Amino acid sequence: MADITAPAYRTIPIIPALKPGAMEGKGPFIANEKMQEALGFPGQLVDDWHDKAIAKMGDLLGKFRSLRVFMDACVHCGACSDKCHYFIGTQDPKNMPVARQDLLRSVYRRYFTFAGKYFPKLVGARDLTREVLDEWYNYYHQCSECRRCSVFCPYGIDTAEITMAAREILASVGMGQKYSNEIIAKVHKIGNNLGLPEPALVDTLEGLEEDVKEDTGLDIKFPVDVKGAEVLLITPSADFFAEPHIDGLIGYAKVFHASGTSWTLSSMASEGANFGMFIGNYEQLRKIALRIREAALELGVKRIVVGECGHAWRVAYSFWNTLSGVGDGADETDRFAQMLQKQLDHRYRQPTHICEFTWDLIRRDALKFDKSKNDQFVITMHDSCNVARGSRMGDLPGGQFEIPRNIIKAVANNFVEMDPNTTRERTFCCGGGGGLLTDDLMELRVKGALPRMEVLNQAVQEHGVNYMAAICAICKTQFSKIMPVYGFDRKMVGGVHQLVSNAIILGDK
Amino acid sequence: MSVIFAILFYLATLVLVVGLLSRINLYARTPAPLKIPTTPAPTTRTGVVFRLTREVVFFESLFKANLWTWAMGWLFHASMALVVLRHLRYFTDPVWGWVAFIQPFGIYAGITMLLGLCGLWVRRLFVERIRYISTPSDHLWLVLLIVIAASGLLMQFASHTDVIAVKSYFLGLLHFDIGTLPSDSLLLLHLFLVFALLALFPLSKLLHAPGVFFSPTRNQTDDCREHRHLSAWAGKLESEK
Repeated sequence: MADITAPAYRTIPIIPALKPGAMEGKGPFIANEKMQEALGFPGQLVDDWHDKAIAKMGDLLGKFRSLRVFMDACVHCGACSDKCHYFIGTQDPKNMPVARQDLLRSVYRRYFTFAGKYFPKLVGARDLTREVLDEWYNYYHQCSECRRCSVFCPYGIDTAEITMAAREILASVGMGQKYSNEIIAKVHKIGNNLGLPEPALVDTLEGLEEDVKEDTGLDIKFPVDVKGAEVLLITPSADFFAEPHIDGLIGYAKVFHASGTSWTLSSMASEGANFGMFIGNYEQLRKIALRIREAALELGVKRIVVGECGHAWRVAYSFWNTLSGVGDGADETDRFAQMLQKQLDHRYRQPTHICEFTWDLIRRDALKFDKSKNDQFVITMHDSCNVARGSRMGDLPGGQFEIPRNIIKAVANNFVEMDPNTTRERTFCCGGGGGLLTDDLMELRVKGALPRMEVLNQAVQEHGVNYMAAICAICKTQFSKIMPVYGFDRKMVGGVHQLVSNAIILGDK
Repeated sequence: MSVIFAILFYLATLVLVVGLLSRINLYARTPAPLKIPTTPAPTTRTGVVFRLTREVVFFESLFKANLWTWAMGWLFHASMALVVLRHLRYFTDPVWGWVAFIQPFGIYAGITMLLGLCGLWVRRLFVERIRYISTPSDHLWLVLLIVIAASGLLMQFASHTDVIAVKSYFLGLLHFDIGTLPSDSLLLLHLFLVFALLALFPLSKLLHAPGVFFSPTRNQTDDCREHRHLSAWAGKLESEK
């Protein structure tokens, strides 16, 4: 960390000049043989990688309409060209979404289109060479799959889909990424990304109960594997002990306590994150999601609630119903999904975000708060990318923006917004999403956070902001790590439920 | 020359229709296994129809992205739509009432279309980011369209061609009856480039036109929790278990 310094702030709005080659390099560490094989990928670069990669591309083109349409539809209009936080932060032209897509599109054109087969130079088509493969590895690990570009594309081209396809191709020829693959292996083996085994988890939670008791004088429980509980909480494992995540977990527990909800965690599915999405592998995405189904069936819960985690909520909200049947509206004949859906209580949304859960209680006047407990904070909201652009909360589109803000305003007095070009659907990624939250990408993470830091700094100067709320474990980890580089206190970032925890009035103590 | 252009006309039309239909068929048949609308997204089919309409008619997302690109792009596309509709008069007899009505607008639209195209090209040539991402074909498409528009305008305002003869030639072609095409070089250039455009349409980035309707980020409803969405190949994974 010592050798990485913060880039200087610029005047907003920023249209960066190009610095070709600024982020050239080898990319993050490659997964070793063991990690690759654990996920069913070849251990190292296969001899016939060229043919395998092209065949894989053809396979994906046939399976995903997104990829199929997105490869053809781009007209190079440049609408996305200044929208990626990694481009704004690094100025490397290959980090412009369109240029990043073209790394793959140029090869697609060469092998799958008439123009590219016969007039490659004319349409910018190129052969798949070892250099191209390495370039893919480097630049497709400089995309956090945050979908900001897709908001602005006139055809809705989502670079995230293309990054996922590229990473899937890379892994399938033996070039998987160490960080993501290692974590996925841990999820399967131990149950969570952090590799926290059941006894350690139970221990940690018992310790937490004692801490909270000391603090509040109340017996607030953190139950694990309780059969017949009403709610199964699925939350990122960082919530169990990372700072500031754990304060959010305490917040959830207090809300459950105050509302008299019986709830439980699952040791088998003690992880909300699903890195299968990051590596673009449908089978892994599905396999990781199935753990939650199994846990829900085994524990017999009526509701599934998801903690503060961005991509986990995207997977839960958008994909769980498809992958594992956690949701509603399956066909009568769909035995796989019906098995679970019959068990769930459909008076509630399945799955429910913890913010939806808390906000419903607040609306019913079921929770009491002392807002002055948060008076030391001037709070702003960093919308987490996957929540903002890949999911919803509540019944109305945009509920994913309103509900967390409503909660903050219900539990605190001082709330201000950042530049509207960088919040809600236009929010920046924190710089660490999409499987990039690893120390071997620290330079990228620091530069990728620059756009958010510039805007935050503006809010700090104008309004004295000293708390940036986020509802994502990756945002929290990334910011608490890189904010000190920018001269901010690492404690400036925190969860929404951390604020809830501060202000909630429990019992009659 | 009349025969050559008749062949080109039939060939270009055939490639356009067959190429476009097979591409659309491919898009339609390729499954979208996951729900990936860019949110906030409409929660009903009607909402999706409105979203796509806003996208196709007003270029909503491009408007959010960049006002200059939006202005030039929208001016070009809207003008071109008028121009194309105006050209229906060369294929219908008697001319439909509404086609006759838009005739004067269609003429001026030719000018605004040219303006829009030039604006887009200036942007492509002089904005560093856009120049970086441009391939030779990106420039050539603009040149092609600029020459088509300019040659058309020249025939309208400077060197008139015998439009009556042109019309009877095309009406004849519709009945596979090859008449005589006036042989002014402007007209031949204009027609040749239009045929080239039609034939290249299904092989090129012009596929953005059908593509936008098939883009899952725009055409999917946000009802993930209410309805189980399952594609055929993903469903098979369940029966294998």
